[in-house]
Amino acid sequence: MIEFKNVSKVYPNGTKGLKNVNLKINKGDFVVIVGLSGAGKSTLLRSINRLHEITEGEIIIDGKSITAAKGKSLRHIRRDIGMIFQNFNLVKRSSVIRNVLSGRVAYHSTIRTLLGLFPKQDVELALNALGRVNIQEKAYSRADELSGGQQQRVSIARALAQEAKIILADEPVASLDPFTTRQVMDDLKRINQELGITTIVNLHFVDLARQYATRIIGIRAGEIVYDGPVEEATDDVFSQIYGREIKSDELLGETE
Amino acid sequence: METVKPKKTKIKTLLTIVLVIAIIWGSIINTQISLSTLIQGLPNIVDLIKEMFPPDWSYFGSITNQMLETIRMAVLGTTFGGIIAIPFALLSSSNVVKIPVVYQVFRFIMNLIRTIPELLLAALFVPVFGIGELPGILAIAVFSFGIIAKLFYEAIEAIDPGPLEAMTAVGANKIQWIFFGVIPQVIAHYMSFFLYSFEINIRAAAILGYVGAGGIGLVLNNALGFFQYDRVLTIIIYTLIVVVIVDAISNKLREKLL
Repeated sequence: MIEFKNVSKVYPNGTKGLKNVNLKINKGDFVVIVGLSGAGKSTLLRSINRLHEITEGEIIIDGKSITAAKGKSLRHIRRDIGMIFQNFNLVKRSSVIRNVLSGRVAYHSTIRTLLGLFPKQDVELALNALGRVNIQEKAYSRADELSGGQQQRVSIARALAQEAKIILADEPVASLDPFTTRQVMDDLKRINQELGITTIVNLHFVDLARQYATRIIGIRAGEIVYDGPVEEATDDVFSQIYGREIKSDELLGETE
Repeated sequence: METVKPKKTKIKTLLTIVLVIAIIWGSIINTQISLSTLIQGLPNIVDLIKEMFPPDWSYFGSITNQMLETIRMAVLGTTFGGIIAIPFALLSSSNVVKIPVVYQVFRFIMNLIRTIPELLLAALFVPVFGIGELPGILAIAVFSFGIIAKLFYEAIEAIDPGPLEAMTAVGANKIQWIFFGVIPQVIAHYMSFFLYSFEINIRAAAILGYVGAGGIGLVLNNALGFFQYDRVLTIIIYTLIVVVIVDAISNKLREKLL
C-alpha cells in the first residue's frame, strides 16, 4: 500500500507542485492519474520513488517511510518499485538483456554487478520477463535496433526483472503511435492482473484512462480534484478535472 | 529599426578587419621578418636537401630499436594517462558529481595540467628521473591525461540523462549507477579519444628525445649535431612511415567504434 500523508511540494522558484495531498493506493490497484500538463501528474508519480523530493508531509510504502529513508534502505525501497518512462530510458548502446538485467543490480554486491556476474536465475528471470512482453527473441539485440514500442516493452521487462511490487509509469505511451500504445497498455494491464503488481500510470488520453483504469485520480494545479472508481468518472468529472471541455487531441480514438 | 541594424553590423565588420590587419602588421614589425631574409635563405634550403640525398638506407636497421622505444613510450604513456583520466573525467562531470565545489576543483586541476606543453614536461622530468624512457613515458602520460580527461568529461556531460534516472529508480548505488548508466553510453567515445591521443603521442614521442627523454629524438639530435643529414632524412622517413601506419590503423578502429 502507498500512502500520502499531507504531502506538499514547493519548487525552489516558489511554484507549488503539490498541495496537501492525502492518498491511499491499495495493493493490486490499476490507478490512472489524469490532468492537464503541468497539473502535477508527474510530480505526484515521481514523489513515490523520490525521483522528485517533496517539501512537506510523508509518503509511506508498505509500512516504510520512503521520505525518511536514506542510503541503503532508500535503495531497497526503490528496488521494489519499477519505473516506466516516456522516453524508455534504456541504454541504447547496450544489449536488451543487459538493460533488463540492470533492474537486478540492487539485489547484488557492487563488485558482482560490475563484473557482470549475474546468477543464472537472474538471466532466466530476465528472459522470462522479456517473454512476458513477447520480445524474448530480441534479448541479444542492441536496444537501439528496436522500435519505440519494443523499447518500451524492454523497459517493462526491466521492471518485471526487478520483481517490483509497484510499477510507476510516467506517460508510458506519449511517444508511441496509437497501435503500439494499445499493445503497451495491454501489457501493463495484463501484468497488473496476472501478477497483482500495483500499477500507477500517468496518462493524458481520457479514453485510454477510462478503458484501462480501475481507479482514476484527477489532479489540477497540484490538488487532487477527483478520486474514485472509473465507473463514476463521467464526462462531467473529466471536464471538472481539466477545468474545461475535453478536446479531441485528448482522445486517442479507435484503432481497431 | 530595420534600416539601423544592417549599418551596425557593417561598422562591426569594418572594425574587425582593421583590428586584424593592425595585429598582423604589428607582429611583422616587432618580429622583424623580412622577405629578403627569406629569399636569402632559399639557397641554404637547397644545400641542405642536397646533403640529405641519398638517405642512408643502411641506417634503418640500426635505429629500429630506438623506433620501437618511441612506440613503447607512446603506448605506455597513453595507457597510464588514459587510465588516470577516467576517474578525473567522472569527477569533473556535473551530471555525475552533483556538488559544484567538487567538479569545479577537478576541472581546475585538469585545465591546469593541460596548459603545460609536453616538451616542457619532459624537460622537467629528465633531471628528476635521469635520461631515458621513463621521463618520456611520464611526460606523455601527463599530456595524454590532459587530452583524454578533457574530451571524455565533455562526452560524459553530453550523455542521455534517461538511463541515469532509470538506474536511480531501480535502486542502484552510485558505483552501479555509473557502470550501468554512464559507462555504456561513453565507452566507445573513450576508446576513440584514447586512440586519437595515441596518434598524437607517437609524433610527440619522436621529439621528446631532444630533451633527453629517450626514443628516436635522441638519435635525431645526434645526427643533426654531427651534420649527418643523410641519416636525418632516414630518421624522418622512418618516423613518417610509422606515423602514417599508426594513424591509418587508429582511424580505421575509430570509424568502427562510433
